Amino acid sequence: MINFRSTWAIYLNELARFRRTIFGSLVGPVLTTSLYFIVFGAAIGGRMTDIGGVEYGAFIVPGLLMLTLLSESTSNASFGIYMPRFTGAIYELLSAPVGVAETLIGFVGAAATKSLILAAVILVTAMLFVDYRIAHPLLALLYIMLVAASFSLLGFILGIWAEGFEKLQLVPLLILTPLTFLGGTFYSIDMLAEPWRTVALFNPIVYLVSGLRWTFYGQADVNILVSFGVTALFLAVCVTIIAVIFRTGWRLRS
Amino acid sequence: MADVAAVADPILKIDKLSKIYPGGLKALDEVSLEIRRGEIFGLLGPNGAGKTTLIGAVCGMVRPTSGTIHAFGSDLARNWRGLRSRIGLVPQELGFDMFDTVERQVGYSRGLFGCAPDRGRVEEVLRSLSLWDKRGEQIRKLSGGMKRRVLIAKALAHDPDLLFLDEPTAGVDVELRRDMWRQIDTLREQGVTIILTTHYLEEAEEMADRIGVIDKGRVLLVDDKHAMMRRLGRTEARFTLADRMDVLPAYLDPFGLTLDPAGTTLCYRGGDGTGRGKQEVAQIARLLTQQGILFTAIEQRESTLEDIFVDLVENGVAA
Ligand SMILES: Nc1ncnc2c1ncn2[C@@H]1O[C@H](COP(=O)(O)OP(=O)(O)OP(=O)(O)O)[C@@H](O)[C@H]1O
Ligand SMILES: [Mg+2]
Repeated sequence: MINFRSTWAIYLNELARFRRTIFGSLVGPVLTTSLYFIVFGAAIGGRMTDIGGVEYGAFIVPGLLMLTLLSESTSNASFGIYMPRFTGAIYELLSAPVGVAETLIGFVGAAATKSLILAAVILVTAMLFVDYRIAHPLLALLYIMLVAASFSLLGFILGIWAEGFEKLQLVPLLILTPLTFLGGTFYSIDMLAEPWRTVALFNPIVYLVSGLRWTFYGQADVNILVSFGVTALFLAVCVTIIAVIFRTGWRLRS
Repeated sequence: MADVAAVADPILKIDKLSKIYPGGLKALDEVSLEIRRGEIFGLLGPNGAGKTTLIGAVCGMVRPTSGTIHAFGSDLARNWRGLRSRIGLVPQELGFDMFDTVERQVGYSRGLFGCAPDRGRVEEVLRSLSLWDKRGEQIRKLSGGMKRRVLIAKALAHDPDLLFLDEPTAGVDVELRRDMWRQIDTLREQGVTIILTTHYLEEAEEMADRIGVIDKGRVLLVDDKHAMMRRLGRTEARFTLADRMDVLPAYLDPFGLTLDPAGTTLCYRGGDGTGRGKQEVAQIARLLTQQGILFTAIEQRESTLEDIFVDLVENGVAA
C-alpha cells in the first residue's frame, strides 16, 4: 500500500527545489535550442534538401527536443537524489515511512514534470524559428512523457550510483550526448552509408528520436511500434534496477 | 517505582542486534535493550561506541546484520511502514536542503511522514523551538544552534511517539541547551518516549530516567539513573597534612584511607551516592582535629556519571 501523502510531499518538495532555480534551468536549454536553430535551421538548413518531404528546419525539431529531454531528465533526477545523499538529508527519507514506490513517483515524477515544462518551452521557442506541425499531438505527448519518465529513472539510478559530482556528469557527457548526436538528431539514418546504417541501429537513441519524429510527421526511420517497444523496455529495465537497489539498500543504507 | 505495565510492554525491544559493516568492523555486538513507554533513556558511550549505528538500525539508515527489533509491540522489519510514521529522529549531523526555508522544510517533513498538511501544527512546533521568527529564512542563514533546532522541529513535525535524539545539543551553547532540556521535559509530559545519546554526561544525568552504557558495540550496563549512582557513586576526599605522617593511626582504620608515599596526603574513597561518603569525610575531619593532627586543606568531590562511565569502560562491570 503506497503512502500518497508522502509521495505528494516528495513531489512538491522537488518542484519547490526546481522553482528556486527556474530561471537558470529554463534559460540554458532555450538558449541552446535557439542556437541550434540559428546554426542548423537558418544557416545550414537553407542549403539542405527536405528530408522525406519535411523541411530541414522542421525535421530537426523532434531531435532537438529529444536532446534536451534526455539530458535534462537525466540530470534533474540524478541531482534530485544525489543532493540529499551529499548533504546528509537522505537520513530523513530513509527513516520515513516511504518505500521504493513513493520515492520513485515523487522524485522521478517531479523530474519528469520539469522535463515536460521544458519540452513545452522548447516547442514554443522552435515556433519562432521554423514552421512545423505535429501530426499526432496526443501520441507525441504520450511519447514525450514516456521518454521523460524513462530518463528520469536512469538519472535516479545515476544519482544513487555516483559518489561525486564528476561521476554525476560523466554518463550524460560521455554516453548520452554522443549517442544522441549520432542517433539521428540532425539527420535521417537513411542518409548513412553501410555499415554505419547498421551500426546506428544498435544505438537505442535512434529509436527514441525516430519515435518522436514519427509522432510529429507520421514517418520515420524505424517503425513507431518498435520505438514505443524499445522505450517501454528501457523504462521496465530501469524500474527493475531501482527495485533491486531499494531491496538491497545499495548505496543508500549502510 | 517501576511501572509494571511499561516494563511488560516495552515501546522498543531490541534483541541480539548485531551490525558488521562491510569493512568487517563490528559496530554492534548482540545488543539487547528494552525501552519503556514514556521514559527518557540516555545512551552513553565514547566516540565510535556504536550509538549512532544503533539508532540507525532502528530508524532505517543501517541494515542490521542479525537480530530483531520490535517497536510498539510489532516487528519493525515487517511492519516498517506503519511503525516508522510514529518514530522521529534528530540525527547527529546537520543534513537538509540549506537553501530551503525553515517553515517549508518542517512542513515537508510532516508530509513525508504521511501527515496531512497542518500549518497550525507547524506553527506550534516552530514557536515551541523559538523558530517562528525565522520561518521565512533560508536555513543556511541560521546560526549552528538554530539549524539544530530546525532538525528538531523537522523530527517533531509528525508528532512521533518515539523520538531519537542523537547528540541533540552538540555545538549548542549553555542557554540553548537548557532550552532544549525544557523542550525535552515538555515532550515527556506529552507522553513521548525519548532515547538520547550525548557526550555531555551532565545532560544524561539531568535528563534521563535510565541510562545505558555502551562501548565497542556492547551494552555494558543498563540501570535506573539513581540506582546507578547508588551502586557506583563515590565520594573522594584528600586531606593535605601540615606535618608528615609515617603510619596510619588505628582510629582511621574503619575508613580505608590511603597515605601517599610522601606522607602528606590522606586519601579517602568511599560512599555509595547516598551521602554516606560525605558524612564519613566529616567524621574523619573531626577525628583528625580531636587527635591534634593539623591539615591545611580538604579537597572533596562526588564522582559524576562521567567517572562511573570511565570506570565501567576501563574496568568492565565491576560493581
Ligand atoms: N557507514 C559505515 N561504514 C563503516 N564503518 C562505520 C560506518 N558508520 C560507522 N562506522 C563505524 O562503526 C563504529 C560505530 O560508529 P557509530 O557512529 O555508531 O559510533 P557513535 O557511538 O555514534 O560515535 P560518536 O559518539 O562519535 O558519534 C565506529 O568505529 C565507526 O567508525
Ligand atoms: Mg554518533
